[in-house]
Amino acid sequence: MNTAPGVYQGAADVIAALMLLLEFGMLRQALVRDQVRLYAAQSALISVLAIVIAADRSLPDLYALAGLSGALKVVAVPLVLRRLLGRPASEEAPGVAGSHTLSPATAVLASIGLAAFGFFCFGALHLHSPEAPALALAIAGAMVFVSFGLMIVRRDVASQAIGFFSLENAISLAALVVAAGLPLILETAFLFDLLVAVVVFAMLMRAHHTRAESLSTADLTRLRG
Amino acid sequence: MLGVILAILICPLAAGIACFRAPARLAAGITIASGIASFGLVLALIPDAAHGALSYWSYLRADAVSGVFLLATGFLYAAVAIYAAGYLKDRAERYVRRFYLGFNVFAWAMLAAPLMSSLALLWIAVEITTVVSALLVAIEDTDGAAEAAWKYVLIASAGLGLALLATVFAYYAGAQVLGAHSNLAIAPLVSAGSRLPRTPVELAFLLAVLGYGTKVGLVPVHTWLPDAHSEAPTPVSALLSGALLATSFYAILRFYQVAAAALGSGFPRDALLAFGIASLLLASLYVFGQRDVKRLLAYSSVEHMGILAIGVSFGAPIALAGVMLHVMAHAAAKGSAFMGAGVFTVKYGTKQMAVMRDGLRLLPWSGPLFLLAIFALSAFPPFGIFRSEFEIVAGGLGSGSYAAAAVLVVLVTVAFFGLASSVTSMLLTPARDAGAAGRQEAQAAGTGPADGARADGAAVALRVRPQASGVLVPGEPSAWMVVPVLACLAALVLLGAHPPGELTTLITQAAAQVRGTP
Repeated sequence: MNTAPGVYQGAADVIAALMLLLEFGMLRQALVRDQVRLYAAQSALISVLAIVIAADRSLPDLYALAGLSGALKVVAVPLVLRRLLGRPASEEAPGVAGSHTLSPATAVLASIGLAAFGFFCFGALHLHSPEAPALALAIAGAMVFVSFGLMIVRRDVASQAIGFFSLENAISLAALVVAAGLPLILETAFLFDLLVAVVVFAMLMRAHHTRAESLSTADLTRLRG
Repeated sequence: MLGVILAILICPLAAGIACFRAPARLAAGITIASGIASFGLVLALIPDAAHGALSYWSYLRADAVSGVFLLATGFLYAAVAIYAAGYLKDRAERYVRRFYLGFNVFAWAMLAAPLMSSLALLWIAVEITTVVSALLVAIEDTDGAAEAAWKYVLIASAGLGLALLATVFAYYAGAQVLGAHSNLAIAPLVSAGSRLPRTPVELAFLLAVLGYGTKVGLVPVHTWLPDAHSEAPTPVSALLSGALLATSFYAILRFYQVAAAALGSGFPRDALLAFGIASLLLASLYVFGQRDVKRLLAYSSVEHMGILAIGVSFGAPIALAGVMLHVMAHAAAKGSAFMGAGVFTVKYGTKQMAVMRDGLRLLPWSGPLFLLAIFALSAFPPFGIFRSEFEIVAGGLGSGSYAAAAVLVVLVTVAFFGLASSVTSMLLTPARDAGAAGRQEAQAAGTGPADGARADGAAVALRVRPQASGVLVPGEPSAWMVVPVLACLAALVLLGAHPPGELTTLITQAAAQVRGTP
């Protein structure tokens, strides 16, 4: 007979589900600033999950990780993105409406298919351990696929970059549920590395915006063959 | 040896920081000194690393496998640093300072990766190579460079996301046996062997091949590679192809060691064989019909990464020794080929091969050297790639993989014809109709003359005037751009004809470590 999940497992599953919903929200949003807000909210959920795990398993390192992750992903990364992309010469610049390669409804439907595929693939792995809630891991798998979907169906550099950052959030979720004991120094190094990647992404986005006077990638077709 | 390892980790980084404030000529000198010093330090490390693993502080480790990759990267760093002094001589101060900052930090990250004892730190080093090299690809500030850099950073970072997921699953597998405070160190994971749970190890290996394979350029996740290699400044293209792809392959090899220890070699070998054959097949076909000389060489890189994957999949000791030799020989051969191609792009003011004619006469040194580099890449004796591919094929036949060995030989031959047909036109066809042919090619490629003139940045623009008047005078753009090509070819002859005893020991030990029988 199935038993009810404990507080930690229930919290992990609920937070994972909320993160997946926010991922769909990013897919649907037409404005960069709204996508960045959803990304910040998704990152905040990761920090909350780290705190829940730290309390449940008495892992004090995870409190530090939660604080660091929150400072970087909830504050620093959105700030960097807004500063580099949110100073438009005109009002239209941050908008990426119309950058869908599929209609929004079709994109969401396709992403539901991707999410289901990821969910069942990771669920079928049967990675069981006292520390690893299988449902949250399967949802992390679904998020990985949806974030790839976001990078593919949106034809603008901002959405593609946010797709990559949310892919990193999906991996962070997977890491928290199956590898919560990873040494803090390595987790910190991952986060620092992410910050460097964000700065480089933002610089290249800015360069593209300046050169093309648009965030669209529709004209990036010069190099073929 | 701790001092040597620390010096390898400090030298290029310090050089990069120093270059950011130094005048252009001093920056070039610092970079050359750093390149040569780093190579010397790697040489000093090799004898000890070949005879046993050196571990320090739980985070640094050098063994025979890392020695092979350090040697390839260290040599190419030194050679390309010398080349860059000639390549950048007409560039603006600000550009040169930024270039050398990125160039040295890029080399630092590639030298650091094989010295990391843990899969997590290895991932971080490879990620740093991505972000730094993406900026170097974009540094030319052309439409093509911006497009290539964006595709590169997005695709490679997504691939590295999968590699990070692989690292997480490797931790999960290791934690089941080694405890929750395992730091993902490679040696304990390999030692844990069959006690590791199968499913997470299988998943980690597949994700690692797909994720790091994106940076290696394995088909079908290779799509960033031809764009980035063709649009980057030539010294960066040489490092990307000769060293970065190998560094990423090193990461796959480390996951292979863990997977082979945990699962037996069957599953990981089959996976690598599939990716290797696909890469070799696509690349050998795509070298035909290329118009851009750097794109041609980029597809050759995909081909050689496919050969490495196939070589590991054979699993025989001689094939693995061939793989180790191939890593070093490919670094020297592809370095010399890209540097030679860079001389052509500077001389002719374009990357379009149809414009490049009469190369043997117009480039009395670089023309023949480029031809030799192509021969070396095509596995002609007495060059190192001949020896390495011979060993890989012998290993394939010895291990009973007759079909795969036959496919390898056929596709390498096809790739040779593709390379040879393009390059012989560049070198031997008279220059008479080059202008018209080039215009046609440029139109066919969708690039106007202005784009062609900007093909390799402002340095090209400065030296393209003779072409505008229709007359190219025989002569080399710079002696600095010839000497390192010669050095690479000399190294290739050494590797092919008579590898030094210490090097043979290193290769044998590295092959044994990958095979799991040190």
